[in-house]
Amino acid sequence: MTGRTLFDKIWDSHVVAMLEDGAALLHIDRHLLHDLSGSRGLRDLAAKGYALRNPELTFATVDHAVSSAPGRDAVTNPAGAPLIETLRRETAARGIRFFDLGEDGNGIVHVIGPELGLSLPGMTIVCGDSHTCTQGALGAIAFGIGASELLHVLATQTLVQRKPKRMRIRFEGKPAAGITPKDMILALIGRLGTAAGGGYAVEYAGSAIRALDMEGRMTICNLSIELGAKIGMIAPDETTFHYLAGRPFAPRGAGWEPALAAWRRLPGDDDAAFDAEAAIDVAAIAPQVSWGTSPQDVVAIDGRIPDPAAEPDAARRAAMAAALDYMGLRPGAPLAGTPIDRVFIGSCTNSRIGDLRAAAAIARRGRVAPRVTAWVVPGSERVKREAEAEGLDRVFRAAGFEWREPGCSMCLAANGERVAPGQRCVSTSNRNFVGRQGPGARTHLASPATAAASALAGRIADPRRIAG
Amino acid sequence: MEPFTTLTGIAAPLLRPNIDTDIIIRIERLIGGDPKSLGPYAFESWRYRPDGSEDPDFVLNREPFRRARILIAGENFGCGSSREGAVWALQGFGILCIIAPSFGDIFFNNCFQNGVLPIRLERPTIERLVASLAGDPARPVSVDLRQSLILAPLNERLSFAVDPGRRAALLQGLDEIGRTLRHDQAIAAFQARDRAERPWVYAAETRSEA
Repeated sequence: MTGRTLFDKIWDSHVVAMLEDGAALLHIDRHLLHDLSGSRGLRDLAAKGYALRNPELTFATVDHAVSSAPGRDAVTNPAGAPLIETLRRETAARGIRFFDLGEDGNGIVHVIGPELGLSLPGMTIVCGDSHTCTQGALGAIAFGIGASELLHVLATQTLVQRKPKRMRIRFEGKPAAGITPKDMILALIGRLGTAAGGGYAVEYAGSAIRALDMEGRMTICNLSIELGAKIGMIAPDETTFHYLAGRPFAPRGAGWEPALAAWRRLPGDDDAAFDAEAAIDVAAIAPQVSWGTSPQDVVAIDGRIPDPAAEPDAARRAAMAAALDYMGLRPGAPLAGTPIDRVFIGSCTNSRIGDLRAAAAIARRGRVAPRVTAWVVPGSERVKREAEAEGLDRVFRAAGFEWREPGCSMCLAANGERVAPGQRCVSTSNRNFVGRQGPGARTHLASPATAAASALAGRIADPRRIAG
Repeated sequence: MEPFTTLTGIAAPLLRPNIDTDIIIRIERLIGGDPKSLGPYAFESWRYRPDGSEDPDFVLNREPFRRARILIAGENFGCGSSREGAVWALQGFGILCIIAPSFGDIFFNNCFQNGVLPIRLERPTIERLVASLAGDPARPVSVDLRQSLILAPLNERLSFAVDPGRRAALLQGLDEIGRTLRHDQAIAAFQARDRAERPWVYAAETRSEA
């Protein structure tokens, strides 16, 4: 009998029942709610007359529609205020642990899950948000769900799921100086395309993944959905266990050892088979920046904007031309040096303390260019407090960045914080879709280092040149 | 959920690859809005010009596609965000079936939850279908889920595959939660066993720092 993958082991141990049609009824260990999907879900639950099955496995935060303005409160963004109020009321009435604005534990749902130890290896974790795959970095099956499935989990603590195929992607080798996990995963998506992971649960492996800290692994897993895979995961190891020890909701005392023993059994067997495999040499990767309106539209920072005329496939050629038109870019021109208006450092992709340290290391070397508005939005209340304790907020402010309150903010502009039409923004977020950061906004995805370097230069800039 | 058995209507081609759910419905339309009134906002970034007028170049603004019930799309349709509002917006427009070479995984699943049928067909088959419609786009296409057949103009019959459980649920308009609640005892038994094996999963609330 062939061995089982990490994914297989977690999947198998969560099957409550096999249904007649071959689908599995899967137990869900953690259901994370936020102001957009959670408020609607709890309202729908009441409207349809279902009971909440497991409030103790359900946790809630506000992140999507909250203002990130310094000194903000629940009504600073009026459109989001009713959502926050609904979530407050419904979680209190139903015994769901809620992390309110300004409280320890509040923040972007995919930042707080790991940082609080709510999300643990071997778990099934869902949330009404596609970047739930971030939390697969802990060695968990974590994925985003829509409103109907969200209601299903509230009512039954299970989901009806068809088993996906398994893909392993190895990152091998040692990255060059100045290359970040964001560059690694963008380079992969650029090579394989944004549909490559469709229908798969992806496991990231290889020496370069093992060498990453937990935050870097979360950045890798975060962009799984941009590779087309709703599930991305990394086998837990000593890095994982060290990260989790002492987290407020992680097991502790006498409870730690049995959990650790179970987590050590999770990595896939040596003879486990995957349905697909891919590998990428990280030594060859340069800082990546997107030029188009899909995360696969990336080039190295010292590269040139591709020419649609060279694309043989007619549909792709048309998509490239439309993307360049939207982005206001010319084929063949160098991407570095393109003038910018905005910089956004934040989002569930790149808003953790390590991301802010990397950006601050560059911010120390200069000042934000006069025409540029640059924001730093920490991923959580904890990240914010830790950064302030280290003095990073002062570094950013002194360099001319705005230091703001935690939340999703300008990643998706659900809180009204937008890039103006036609403005160009270097963003550490995950999607450069048409209108993502506001109608007509032009987004260039990049790492925190590249975003900070671009803020100082006033144009898309190579962080290796500024960092020296 | 409304059952889906057969659908006959105009099929609109929108073949650009990687159409994401942000383009299908903007996030601000999902804040406080009514899920049943999203039709006017489907594809709004493409349908309307900055001054709010319709862009006549966009396919769904042209006759006969303004009345489309079926969308023929490119690869990876519905990628990106998990927002189920993307399905609600398409439904609101009148589109109840999408034919594409591949779909975003979460969107694909969300379709079935709402009685919308996503059909995967090979790209050459889709190109043939589009070509067969080009001469007379007003000619309706029929989708028969009972037989898993698309009846295209020129009498072409294209068969497609659907997961049998999902097919049955669509045909009968079944409510998934209601069916799962029949397994309530199995869920309780699983949790009782699991609570002993993995107490840390269930004990989290008692260990908070507060």
